[in-house]
Amino acid sequence: MRVQKRTVALGLYFFLLILPIYWMLNMSLRANADILASFALFPRNATLANYMKIFTDSSWYSGYINSMIYVSLNTIISLTTALPAAYAFSRFRFIGDKHVFFWLLTNRMAPPAVFLLPFFQLYSTFHLIDTHIAVALAHCLFNVPLAVWILEGFMSGIPREIDETAFIDGYSFPRFFLTVFVPLIRAGIGVTAFFCFMFSWVELLLARTLTITNAKPIVATMTRTVSASGLDWGLLAAAGVLTIVPGALVIWFVRNHLAKGFALGRV
Amino acid sequence: MEKWENNRAWFLILPVFVIVAFSAIIPLMTVVNYSVQDIFGPGQRFFVGMEWFREVIHDERLHSALLRQLAFSCMVLLIEIPLGVLIALAMPKKGWGVSACLVLLALPLLIPWNVIGTIWIIFTRPDIGLLGKTVNDLGIAFDHTARPLDAWITVMAMEVWHWTPLVALLAYAGLRAIPEAYYQAAKIDGASSWAVFRHIQLPKMRGVLTIAVLLRFMDSFLIYAEPFVLTGGGPGDTTTFLSIYLVKIAVGQFDLGPAAAFSLIYFLIVLLFCFVFYQALQNVGTGESR
Repeated sequence: MRVQKRTVALGLYFFLLILPIYWMLNMSLRANADILASFALFPRNATLANYMKIFTDSSWYSGYINSMIYVSLNTIISLTTALPAAYAFSRFRFIGDKHVFFWLLTNRMAPPAVFLLPFFQLYSTFHLIDTHIAVALAHCLFNVPLAVWILEGFMSGIPREIDETAFIDGYSFPRFFLTVFVPLIRAGIGVTAFFCFMFSWVELLLARTLTITNAKPIVATMTRTVSASGLDWGLLAAAGVLTIVPGALVIWFVRNHLAKGFALGRV
Repeated sequence: MEKWENNRAWFLILPVFVIVAFSAIIPLMTVVNYSVQDIFGPGQRFFVGMEWFREVIHDERLHSALLRQLAFSCMVLLIEIPLGVLIALAMPKKGWGVSACLVLLALPLLIPWNVIGTIWIIFTRPDIGLLGKTVNDLGIAFDHTARPLDAWITVMAMEVWHWTPLVALLAYAGLRAIPEAYYQAAKIDGASSWAVFRHIQLPKMRGVLTIAVLLRFMDSFLIYAEPFVLTGGGPGDTTTFLSIYLVKIAVGQFDLGPAAAFSLIYFLIVLLFCFVFYQALQNVGTGESR
């Protein structure tokens, strides 16, 4: 009986979780006039016109492509730099290790709002404004520390005897790291990549500030259109639904890794 | 686990150090620079010392924004942490349900933050929103654009909806790490489920809950995009949190000096709180499990 009550409560929670997203999906399938004219739990005159507009207008769909590019770049940079660093933090004691670790974490605590202007000046100096790499690098500020933090947890769960045995067997460090160690923590890498993707995908302020047109992310395109076109709710909802899709795909692909990675228990 | 002593490990963290330093130290120094100067234009800047800091510390609107922010973050922690733990406890431990729950939980986390605001506008507007319309039809007046209390409730609901899944995911990870033998031992001892929670599950979740509390505190303290899209800081100033106020000064009024001084103080407040939380949680944990 108790188990059932639990399941019901959980079901209710997930129902409430889905409800706002369902409402946006509902709105995205209706024309703007229809939305304002009548209130309906289910779209009666369902139309794909909002989606068609997004897929045919390059100022809309290029936003998605730009976002995908810089998010992927950021995930790759974060993982490749964080892997050796996490190994160092989990295996070695060295001068200033604790301080550097804490300093890395403090970067997640800086209010992004006022770093906007200094960021803009810095990246202008290097002629990086409006490039994908600029946004990817800027997002490293909070993603790299997080990646180091998560990976360090997973690596500390691997006994050091494995490293010692490998070195006695004559493995060089790079070969050991790439062929033995990385496969051992691949669940951890999956979880880390998921978090990097997530935080880079959802960030708006920095991405909007560092881009003008060529690398403009979809979230910035949305804010612009909202203010200019006098709120086309249907179009806005359709764009919102589309921003959920890549995330949902990523979760779907890593769902087993995620379960395994979380089952390993060190996040 | 005793670690190897080796200063050459610095070479391994060098890439991280360089890449973060580039994006962290240079902008931070720029902000420090702004905070002690009065800038009229290129080449026209005067050293003003601590004047901006003095001005910011005596700013009444900043005080109320800070209090509002503290109240908001405390409420967020008080609601989200217990709720997240409860969800994690209720989740299935094996089978297809695990994947389904994880996918559903992760969904709100992967929605861009301003889209979160958009979703909640569409959801709560009194004219077209499912929630807003339903509540109004039930005879309860509800309008988050006009009534301060409604705006607060809406922002809180949005925040809880958005971030409780993260706490649940972390707590679930912590729960899965507990070896089955612990539960069997507890069963033999005839422990109640409360005792199991209090003496096995809670202490074992200490690590992940520390991360959860720290992450939730930091991010709720720095919240910007969601309430900005949803309420724009209004009605009046009632949902103007620190970040929103900061951007108003920096971008709206273009007062770089005070904004920079403000953001340094802001940064230090977050640092201080995180340090205190971190120490407190560490101590609570060691006192309990040993």
